[in-house]
Amino acid sequence: MQKALVLDAGKCTGCKQCELACSFEHEGIFNVSRSRIRVFIFEHEARFVPYTCTQCDQAWCMQVCPVGAITSDAATGVKSVNAATCVGCKVCTIACPFGTINYNAITGKVEKCDLCGGDPACARECPTGAITFIDSNLAGYEKMQDWAHKTDTAPQAAS
Amino acid sequence: MRHVIIGTGPAGVNAAETLRKLDANAKITLIGGEREAPYSRMAIPYVLSGAISEAGTRLRQEPGYFDRARINVISGPVARVDTQHKAVELVGGNIVEYDRLLIAAGASPIKPHVPGLDLPGVHHCWSLADMRAIEDLAGKGDNVVLMGAGFIGSIILESLKSRGVNLTVVEVEDRMVPRMLDETAGALLKSWCESKGVSVRTGTRIEKVKSGTAEGLRVHLSDGAALDARLLVVAAGVKPNTEFLIGSGVETDRGIRVDARQQTSVPDIFAAGDIVRSRDFSTGRAAVMAIQPVAVDHARIAAVNMTGGAASYQGALAMNVLDTMGLISTSFGLCDGPANAQSAIALDAGAYKYMRLEFDGNVLTGAQSLGLPEHIGVLRGFIQSRLDLGGWKERLAENPLRLAEAYVGIMNGV
Ligand SMILES: Cc1cc2nc3c(=O)[nH]c(=O)nc-3n(C[C@H](O)[C@H](O)[C@H](O)COP(=O)(O)OP(=O)(O)OC[C@H]3O[C@@H](n4cnc5c(N)ncnc54)[C@H](O)[C@@H]3O)c2cc1C
Repeated sequence: MQKALVLDAGKCTGCKQCELACSFEHEGIFNVSRSRIRVFIFEHEARFVPYTCTQCDQAWCMQVCPVGAITSDAATGVKSVNAATCVGCKVCTIACPFGTINYNAITGKVEKCDLCGGDPACARECPTGAITFIDSNLAGYEKMQDWAHKTDTAPQAAS
Repeated sequence: MRHVIIGTGPAGVNAAETLRKLDANAKITLIGGEREAPYSRMAIPYVLSGAISEAGTRLRQEPGYFDRARINVISGPVARVDTQHKAVELVGGNIVEYDRLLIAAGASPIKPHVPGLDLPGVHHCWSLADMRAIEDLAGKGDNVVLMGAGFIGSIILESLKSRGVNLTVVEVEDRMVPRMLDETAGALLKSWCESKGVSVRTGTRIEKVKSGTAEGLRVHLSDGAALDARLLVVAAGVKPNTEFLIGSGVETDRGIRVDARQQTSVPDIFAAGDIVRSRDFSTGRAAVMAIQPVAVDHARIAAVNMTGGAASYQGALAMNVLDTMGLISTSFGLCDGPANAQSAIALDAGAYKYMRLEFDGNVLTGAQSLGLPEHIGVLRGFIQSRLDLGGWKERLAENPLRLAEAYVGIMNGV
């Protein structure tokens, strides 16, 4: 069964534990600017919204990669970057309409959420249950998909 | 069903893969035009800079990949398409019959009418063969001149510079990447290049090239100067490879004409990639947009329609990203908007940061940025989905740097 990261903005308090956990998991340091998940803070509205890649089916990043450095795991649906193949051209960073794949000038490669290989650190560390990792056919996931479809700039390639 | 694809670049290879995904039984033949395994031109600069080896340019690097996918890769080039008999003829005379044909033969660099461009030491940077020649001539400390600071020229600039050459860039227009960046951003990029030791001569023309100097070449400029160089790289634009279609019935007009399904004027013949003149998403007019994202979109749509599906293209959105010695610039859509468009600008020249957004009412129609690469893809999301910005329009007009925030905010009803 595929599992998905479900981000429930209603439960987010903006504590940024997820950003710290992500940065530590992937980079070995606690530095929110190195996180692949980001909490957007809307001060006026007192809203906090965690945001990261939805592992979308369209996989713009994967399609556009000139060297095939991004692959989709058939079992989990995770799109991940093979750093050894990535040339750092950044075309995926402009092709992803969600802005959730970014270039890391330190490594010279792009990086995105890879669900930590099946046990996402952000979900593990979230103290309020705003980030959960659950079966993808539960309701929350559909909500995420709706969101993805809203910005679905797909060239209507559904047959 | 026999699917034949002309061209083994990203458009051809992506189309072949999509065809295979959609039709497990189809017979798929990919015909290449160079004596090379399928490869990606875009990866060439990264071989020149030493980031990858030549093998890293190959399209699909696992050994036996095409055999396993049952995609038959053969060597062309194609000499002629016989639309009457539904067959393509290869140089050498072999015939390959098709039920559906995809033409994805790409484009070739333009050689301007400047005396001396046929001399040894003058190269394009378009193919693996060009790349190998450049590797031999662009060593540490060598004097190199680059003709053209357009998008491709500027990518080549970066890779030449990383080889440690003494580099002079000569651009006839008044700024770098004039079709991607406005005057402000173009000027910033130029001063950044100069601060990194690259000489940039905009508004200057290469008039002639002579041989016989100690280094090899002498490049004469319109301002009277002459530059001695071991290598001159010519990046002065590209033109679609349509010559082999003359007389075939496939309509061309500086590029193959296609409908929204990527079908040409001839039924059962489709076209994709740099060879195509398709609808520009922003202007609605036909244009050749020789970029990777467009090539793969075309390929996917063509493949869906070739297998009996119904996919149509909303038009090619111009989008580019450049990394120039660490300064990342991007552009999307109409980045030098129409006269009546509203634009919003954030500029910190000292920090080489710039963001300019173009609005048409409540919709974003174009953007360009310098030094602000984070979450930049949302610009594509905004522009291509023609998302109504609602109350975020004014906030963005006030501060274009709130881009990602606006996107996430709108998606979450903030
Ligand atoms: C140095 C460089 C850097 C680039 N960087 C970027 C970038 O950063 N971002 C970006 O978006 N784009 C970039 N591009 C452009 C990008 O590479 C092209 O848009 C892309 O390759 C187009 O794919 P295509 O398959 O349409 O054409 P091509 O890749 O040109 O492939 C066409 C294929 O057709 C073959 N062919 C030609 N004629 C025949 C014939 N008669 N018979 C059989 N086969 C034939 C050719 O040999 C080739 O295999 C770059 C290009 C270059 C050269």
